Amino acid sequence: MSATPESVLHDGAAAIAAAVREGRMSPRSVVEASFARAEEVDAGPNGLNCILSSDLNSSLHAVESAPVGGALAGVPFVLKDNIATTTLNTSCGSKILEGYVSPYDSTVARKLRAAGAILVGKGNMDEFAMGSSTEFSAFGPSRNPIDRTRVPGGSSGGSAASVAAGIVPIAFGSETGGSVRQPAAFCGVVGVKPTYGRISRFGLVAFASSLDNIGVFGRTVDDAARAMEVVSGDDALHDATSARLAAPELRTDSRDLAGVVIGKPKEYFPASLTPAMRAHCERAIDALRARGAEIRDVSLPHTDLALPVYYIIAPAECSANLARFDGVRYGLRMEGEGLRGMYEATRSTGFGTEVTRRILLGTYVLSAGYYDAYYRKAQDVRALIAKDFTDVWASGVHALFTPTTAAPAFTIGAISDPYEMYLCDLFTVSANLAEVPAISVPIGRIDGLPVGGQVIAPKFDERMMFRISYALESELGQAAHT
Amino acid sequence: MSAAYEMIVGLEVHVQLKTRTKAFCRCSTSFGDPPNTNTCPVCLALPGALPVLNERAVELAARAALALGLEVHERSIFARKNYFYPDLPKGYQISQFDRPLAERGALAIGGGRSIGITRIHMEEDAGKSVHDRFPGFTAIDLNRAGVPLIEIVSEPEIRSSAEAGAYLRALKEILSYAEVSDVSMEEGSLRVDANVSARPVGETALRTRTEIKNLNSFSNVERALELEFARHVSVHESGGTIVQQTMLFDAHKNEVRGARSKEGSHDYRYFPEPDLPPLVLTSEWIQGVRYGLPEFPAARRARYAASYAMGETDAEVLTSSRALGDYFEKVASAAGDPKLAANWVMGEVSAALNESETEIGAFAVPPAALGELIALVKNGALSNTAAKTVFATMLKEGGTARLIAERDGLLQVGDDSALVAWIDEVWAEHPDEAARFAGGERKLQGVLVGFVMKKSKGRADPKKVNQLLGARAGT
Repeated sequence: MSATPESVLHDGAAAIAAAVREGRMSPRSVVEASFARAEEVDAGPNGLNCILSSDLNSSLHAVESAPVGGALAGVPFVLKDNIATTTLNTSCGSKILEGYVSPYDSTVARKLRAAGAILVGKGNMDEFAMGSSTEFSAFGPSRNPIDRTRVPGGSSGGSAASVAAGIVPIAFGSETGGSVRQPAAFCGVVGVKPTYGRISRFGLVAFASSLDNIGVFGRTVDDAARAMEVVSGDDALHDATSARLAAPELRTDSRDLAGVVIGKPKEYFPASLTPAMRAHCERAIDALRARGAEIRDVSLPHTDLALPVYYIIAPAECSANLARFDGVRYGLRMEGEGLRGMYEATRSTGFGTEVTRRILLGTYVLSAGYYDAYYRKAQDVRALIAKDFTDVWASGVHALFTPTTAAPAFTIGAISDPYEMYLCDLFTVSANLAEVPAISVPIGRIDGLPVGGQVIAPKFDERMMFRISYALESELGQAAHT
Repeated sequence: MSAAYEMIVGLEVHVQLKTRTKAFCRCSTSFGDPPNTNTCPVCLALPGALPVLNERAVELAARAALALGLEVHERSIFARKNYFYPDLPKGYQISQFDRPLAERGALAIGGGRSIGITRIHMEEDAGKSVHDRFPGFTAIDLNRAGVPLIEIVSEPEIRSSAEAGAYLRALKEILSYAEVSDVSMEEGSLRVDANVSARPVGETALRTRTEIKNLNSFSNVERALELEFARHVSVHESGGTIVQQTMLFDAHKNEVRGARSKEGSHDYRYFPEPDLPPLVLTSEWIQGVRYGLPEFPAARRARYAASYAMGETDAEVLTSSRALGDYFEKVASAAGDPKLAANWVMGEVSAALNESETEIGAFAVPPAALGELIALVKNGALSNTAAKTVFATMLKEGGTARLIAERDGLLQVGDDSALVAWIDEVWAEHPDEAARFAGGERKLQGVLVGFVMKKSKGRADPKKVNQLLGARAGT
């Protein structure tokens, strides 16, 4: 009659919260099961290395004060290491913030605690969320739980892997160009990037403020929806870019898509797409059709400009956002000759290669004489990319379906060229530029490695996005993981 | 030699807005608190903290802009101004760049001259670097970091150090009237940077300018401008070239010298602040702020001249602060005599304020009470001397003029029978003077009036006493 914590961890957030609320399970035992699972898979030379900091005592202490009636009562979760929490470190996967503990909680952490959820660890990540593989963490790469020779994707690789490995049913990451959806696809879990402004960024250490979103991982669409409902909503007192909208109700019992028009943008199905990937997408599209959706060929003509625009805007904003890591108030400080020497020693020791590359790139594109040619032009093109989406919605399309990535997870160390790494975000980056919500849902496996399908919806229409995702997940059933 | 050159000056004035809390967080702006006590994750630039705009700061900035006749834009944009300095926690200052809050205004500085104002933009203050507290170290106090400022940029239309002084005094007066700032140079709520160049009279192009910083009083602005202008002229005269750079004024040595830092070569890499949406103000909101503006000194002086027939000098004194003008107007209306009211406010009230070192806003005698006192003088119930005694009592104890005058027996006596009785007594006590006066020695009238006043302890109405005495002389 009473479920064991291990099995419930696998059943997901909804089952745990129900069991805790009804007194069938102690939240303490769930947390202990989560730590036991992490011990089993995360540590050691061949471990996943998906959790950077955790503390059983602090998690058990959190259990004491957690409201048992909350929507996520007793549900253990992982937060990406760039989301501020007063317990555990917030190091952003960087040497410059090694051991840093925030004196305040992010809005997301505060809401999760209020809902009864229990923080069990901070997820490994590419340093300051710059990367697509979690190989650029100052604390070593994470491994993909499905195949430990491969990357879990990134930059939120640790959070994605901790869900895929069964350490937690839900986790939270951040997205600037695909850093939740891409690792979700690589790890075979659900990953959500909401509309810009839907989830407060207060406490998310900024990479590129106009593109950053906190995102959600769940093993199922329903768990992701529950987690989204808890962390969404107006936070105007802390984040001026937070939308003045209450958290939407995302869960639905409907698995039917009658009357729903789903666009299939040709730019996301290029001739170069592998037959295996194409076949999985077609199977998913058939599943959507089977549930009653109408599939329509559409075009987003400026898609090929998204990546270049992204790699101007994101580094530009990052160059300013990371200026605060100067050795003056917190984090690493290296002594040097005078003030300038201290700055140089601190920052060149504290930041890794990829972060340094982007700061330099961003500084360059904002420099006098280059601003108009790069940053201003990039903003103009960004507006065109956003218009592609509004044009498609205006034509009567409710959402889009695309592959999340062009290929499954690659082998650790396989990509050394930065530009090749940037191409990982090809299908995901437009949603960040256009501020629209997007989700990656598992749609199958290629050679045993998970791949994801992406549903993109109009701004603030997460309900439509989830409705389609529920139906897709339901229709594919076990096929989503084969 | 320098007569052949004219001075070209443009001023950049930073004004701290009078808000309770900072521009982008809810920390206190109070001055002089222990270092780093008014700080939070936002103004310390802790990882993950975000700015949220203080609406009161926007309102005060708009008030200032409208008071100076600028057009307030319905859409303006915050920008990041990037530079590294230990007292700049984020590594950038949130400011406004190519889309400022307001543009195009002007400020009358007297003598028919008006100086154009290019723009007003909002920004946040940096913290304070303290270099002399700990040997070998610089200490950082971030209490001031994030305090809301406006920067008011003038056109290069100021032509002398005296005009610069007049501009600053007029600016200070208006900002103080509009209640947007304490405008105190001592507390740093008003700071001035001066751009100066020199050119031969008749030349139309502007020559290379230098910027003088570290100006901590209006008179220092004037001194520094004279010094720097003279330096420019001598460089031009000797065939040299002025290098565009930042200069520092040293008040003790009375010299202007080049700053060590290469301030002028900074590339601030401005770009729109992505953490703050564009600042959108409706025309109704702007109109509302405009309606809320007070009457400004120039308009007030004109009104005093027109409706009180007041001279220029008196009007200037009475409008020197908004509160003093307000006080005066209430006194005038209660007294029913603006002229008397003006004399009292500029005389007794000013003296009392000086003596007690208080501001008019905290003055012990409310304007209505003073008005009543003046009315008593005006209708002859109190002599001037008695009124001053009553005023002194009101200052000390409060209370109303009539009750104090009655209690202390200071009301004038104009009743004939009482006056005649006093005169009769004087006649009896000073028969010699009385006889000579009655005999036609009219110059004795003053002496006799004095006797009567003394006998009445100042309460006799001198006018009536004179009349009654005159009547006796005639007999």
